[in-house]
Amino acid sequence: MSMSSAVSNFSNMTDLLRSVITRIYAESPYLLHVLYALQRKFLHISDEAVREVAAHLDLPTSQVDAVVEFYAFFHKIPRGRYDILFSNCTSCGYMAGGVDLMAMFGRRLGIAVGKTRGDGLVSMDQTSCIGMCDHGAALLVNGMPITSLDGPMIDSIAALVEAATPLEDWPAEWFYVEGNIRVSGLLLKDDLSEGISLRAMLALGAVGSLSEIIQSGLRGRGGAGFSTGMKWQLCRDAQGAAHYVVCNADEGEPGTFKDRVLLHSYADSLFEGMTVCAFAIGAKQGYLYLRAEYRYLLSHLQSVLTRRRELGLLGVGILGQPGFSFDIDIVVGAGAYICGEESALIESLEGKRGIPRVRPPFPVTHGYLGQPTVVNNVETFIAAAHIVLRGSAWFRAVGTGKSVGSKILSISGDCAAPGIYEYPFGVTIRQVLDDCGAKDVLAVQIGGPSGTLINRAEFDRRLDFDDLSTGGSLMIFNQARDLLAVIVNFAHFFAHESCGFCTPCRVGTTLLKNGLDKIAGGHGTQYDLDEMQRIAALVKYRSHCGLGQTAANPILDGLQRFPQAFEQRLVHSDEPHFDLDAALEEARQVSHRDDTAAHIK
Amino acid sequence: MSADTKQNTITIDGQEIPFLAGQTIMDAALAAGVYIPHLCHRQGLTPHGSCKLCVVDIASKSVTACTMPAMAGQQISNNTPALNEARKTITQMLFIEGNHICPSCEKCGDCTLQAMAYHLGMLDGHFPQFFQRREVDASHPTVMLDRDRCILCELCVRASREVDGKNVFDIAGRGTNAHLIVNSTSGKLVDSDLETSDMAAHICPVGAILIKKSGYKVPIGQRTFDLHKVSEIGLEKTILTKVRQPDE
Ligand SMILES: Cc1cc2nc3c(=O)[nH]c(=O)nc-3n(C[C@H](O)[C@H](O)[C@H](O)COP(=O)(O)O)c2cc1C
Ligand code: SF4
Ligand code: SF4
Ligand code: SF4
Ligand code: FES
Repeated sequence: MSMSSAVSNFSNMTDLLRSVITRIYAESPYLLHVLYALQRKFLHISDEAVREVAAHLDLPTSQVDAVVEFYAFFHKIPRGRYDILFSNCTSCGYMAGGVDLMAMFGRRLGIAVGKTRGDGLVSMDQTSCIGMCDHGAALLVNGMPITSLDGPMIDSIAALVEAATPLEDWPAEWFYVEGNIRVSGLLLKDDLSEGISLRAMLALGAVGSLSEIIQSGLRGRGGAGFSTGMKWQLCRDAQGAAHYVVCNADEGEPGTFKDRVLLHSYADSLFEGMTVCAFAIGAKQGYLYLRAEYRYLLSHLQSVLTRRRELGLLGVGILGQPGFSFDIDIVVGAGAYICGEESALIESLEGKRGIPRVRPPFPVTHGYLGQPTVVNNVETFIAAAHIVLRGSAWFRAVGTGKSVGSKILSISGDCAAPGIYEYPFGVTIRQVLDDCGAKDVLAVQIGGPSGTLINRAEFDRRLDFDDLSTGGSLMIFNQARDLLAVIVNFAHFFAHESCGFCTPCRVGTTLLKNGLDKIAGGHGTQYDLDEMQRIAALVKYRSHCGLGQTAANPILDGLQRFPQAFEQRLVHSDEPHFDLDAALEEARQVSHRDDTAAHIK
Repeated sequence: MSADTKQNTITIDGQEIPFLAGQTIMDAALAAGVYIPHLCHRQGLTPHGSCKLCVVDIASKSVTACTMPAMAGQQISNNTPALNEARKTITQMLFIEGNHICPSCEKCGDCTLQAMAYHLGMLDGHFPQFFQRREVDASHPTVMLDRDRCILCELCVRASREVDGKNVFDIAGRGTNAHLIVNSTSGKLVDSDLETSDMAAHICPVGAILIKKSGYKVPIGQRTFDLHKVSEIGLEKTILTKVRQPDE
């Protein structure tokens, strides 16, 4: 918008802003939702909008400003009417097919990465994994996913954008996201029919339900593997004005998409599980924190909630029990991997930046609004619903040792049949690779970039909490892959997603990213490699939260298991190598020169 | 603090130290005259735990001393070569992330970051400079904000809220884009309710928030850290009140 029109429309604009803010806030009283509505309508969140939101929600201007600048999907500079975000994940990213689809799209439309075209029609950027890893290259257009991209599709999309065709008129099948369930075990056989677990729960009573969960040995499926029964018990025992149930559906770990499928096809089981938890801990309110990348599932999830209310499975006096009321709200994030960390998630729910809290205290005693709160993964709640229905013995019959039950895996990368696989805990990597048709495998990333990178010699290792623990991501890389490029990709991911709170991670992840770029660019020496090792150790041991504590894993695992991937790129000199030509780049830009005399080679 | 005064002890580098219920490791250490390096901590303000200078080890597990509750029997390593090496690296990270040119900085000699660097034997920034563009805000008549030197410790944020009863500062952005913002409609200090007498105007450990027209009143050579070690100053009892400058 030009300056003069902004000024001349000033009072109209203020009125318009106020009406939008008032309407959205009345519908859904969450700062993130108000900001989302403004972003969609005005394609950015102006300083004036920030002030109006602050005034209407009675928040400090600085808090609203801080939130706008924290989340990747809010912008202070206008985006295009078509805002295109390419995933940059190794499995569903713009390079997944070996061709740079983002560059291709940029050329078609004359637009650079991170920029909005002059006419305001279109903007393009990259974004962290959008959870479409079983579908190859994928993008979001105004928040809606399109998967299985290839060159011809990029051409078609560019043409539709250029013609300003409304999204409703784009081929509907593009927006259909297949579930790709390949192997079903304990939990995936069926979505629980409405109320079936709740009736079992009422028969058991709150204490009885909780004791089934404890006896089942269920451990959290989000990665850390904390005992779910103990978590619920601690929360139940904690004093507080209110207790809360929060479902973590942030699923931001690259290569993970099982929660996407669970939310789509097993929503009733999930809501049964959350309601069981509410009954066990004495909560009246629950929240589903949904990652922004899955906003396309919102209307479906809301319709399931509405139906459950109509059936008396949510709301006041559930299943006719006068003493039991519980309801669930869905809060949608705005592009921040750190909001999957439970205390950052709670901050985000409270309308703040997603900064992990100091722990202790833990959410079970001081969670949402400072009250006792259970935060569990989607899959954990679904398992809990089944356990209450079928009994802890049924659950314990599957799995191994301290890893009881099944694990739902998201398998992607170099294999014939990427998708969802549910296995009993203890399954070997070899078996998984055979089942999904992976050939000539070089390496497997277990649990996403924050997990473990293993090599061929380790394929007899097992998936369980004692050996290879995973939140569910399994990315396969075959012999044709450049493993260093994969590790560089992960380093960029962590530097981009670091929340910036603590020094080791804020600065360290960027140092690691820069160091790896230097090595991958053929300018690194042994000295740089030793430095990486040293910085990586510091970031791992001294960071504040799980993000920093795991951010260096791909580098440390890579150096240990695939040293040649790094060493073959090194410049063989013991002195720190300095790229003189690159150092002159800024001078060249300033002097608008790019002739041979302006280069040193 | 809790009324429970039953004394318990923790052990720091072999020295037994008493603590009261509710105290952190840092609280107990400072009360006993044991220095644990710190930048984002100030007694009396809510602990923050962000700079990580105060990391200590308990059974080879890294713990943040300013936020970790003291618990009976903790065996804590603090002043060890390995920990001081880690702290030195963290200090270097803070230096290269911002734009610190000590000889031309008003805070030189009064700066805790600089003093920390000396304390830890840091001779250079070691890592490549980030050369970030950071905004200077000279709008306020008496207070200057130079974000080039901000280390994101949030002492000013907390002092403003917890001592001054205002809310002048916050942090926005994420990762290396994190930066200090001012709570005013224009985002400028002049439009905020910051006053020279506010604790927030004086608490900055580096030269990011400066009182104008007072820069060189104390000559170099006679400044805080010319006369005292950072470990001495760090152990001093700080009094958290608004301060009125003699020349106001
Ligand atoms: C950086 C980071 C991201 C995380 N992302 C997720 C996530 O997307 N989903 C999830 O369930 N847990 C995630 N976690 C783990 C949560 O903090 C928490 O342990 C989990 O939600 C607890 O649920 P569970 O016990 O059912 O696994 C993440 C942790 C970290 C440190
Ligand atoms: S480790 Fe990283 S993500 Fe976690 S608090 Fe520190 S800066 Fe933020
Ligand atoms: S703030 Fe401290 S470390 Fe930074 S330039 Fe000034 S004196 Fe040096
Ligand atoms: S301005 Fe000073 S006190 Fe405030 S966050 Fe930055 S360094 Fe800390
Ligand atoms: S002093 Fe403890 S983290 Fe800064």
